[in-house]
Amino acid sequence: MTSFFKTLTNQVVTIELKNDIRIRGILKSVDQYLNIKLDDIEVLDLDKYPHLSSVKSMFIRGSVVRYVMLPRSEVDVGLLEDATRRGQ
Amino acid sequence: MERLSLNETAGNTQQQQQSQSQQQQHQQQQQQQRPGQQNALGSAVPQAQSGPPQLPPQMFTTAAQLLDLTDKKLVLVLRDGRKLIGVLRSWDQFANLVLQDTIERIYAGNLYADVPRGIFLVRGENVLLLGEVDLDREDDIPSSVTKAPFEEVFELKKKEDSQRKTTDKKRHGELQALGFEPEHSGEILF
Repeated sequence: MTSFFKTLTNQVVTIELKNDIRIRGILKSVDQYLNIKLDDIEVLDLDKYPHLSSVKSMFIRGSVVRYVMLPRSEVDVGLLEDATRRGQ
Repeated sequence: MERLSLNETAGNTQQQQQSQSQQQQHQQQQQQQRPGQQNALGSAVPQAQSGPPQLPPQMFTTAAQLLDLTDKKLVLVLRDGRKLIGVLRSWDQFANLVLQDTIERIYAGNLYADVPRGIFLVRGENVLLLGEVDLDREDDIPSSVTKAPFEEVFELKKKEDSQRKTTDKKRHGELQALGFEPEHSGEILF
């Protein structure tokens, strides 16, 4: 799966965490645990999460991610199928 | 090779010898092929010793991502909902972290309060996220929250937490009655 995410670096993605926070930002890096590094972040519904108001880049632990929303045009479906099939 | 060894019968030594010699031939062929494969890999990606070609390893290790956050002022959100603000001094591959000069910021309603805490060593599994504080925007606290004395905020937070606990319990009960397992049962996430 990392190889798939690597093709999406420097794209704008939206990440939803298991505590419902949604964060949009530029995907900078993904590691083997699917920890994610985002730059130039923007928190949707910031009023509910004031502690993130002055944050510019973010490291998110893979285990707390619920969804990663990707730009449709950038998804390489063939590679995605390949990556999920082999479970990597 | 596997099929040959499966077809062997215990009594038939001739066949065994035959299959063994065939195996040896296979092995020799593989050995001849291997150096070629290594060359192909080596020329494509000089660093890769084996396995598929990869980007430089520092591109996607936890350590590399935490490296540029070292010695920066961070907001750390824990799984139990705590928000810690401090300077990241050390870490490892599990995202175990050491924070220095940490304060805990408590939010409740539209109030917040800061509690000085000192040094934190946080086990990685409790980390939700780490955000780098933009020092230019650090003091721009959103107008939706105002600073208040710790005791006041703490009391309000206790009230909010117990309220949430009861609504969560009710919801989980209803979900379970319908045959759903709550998403993060046994684990509190805020």
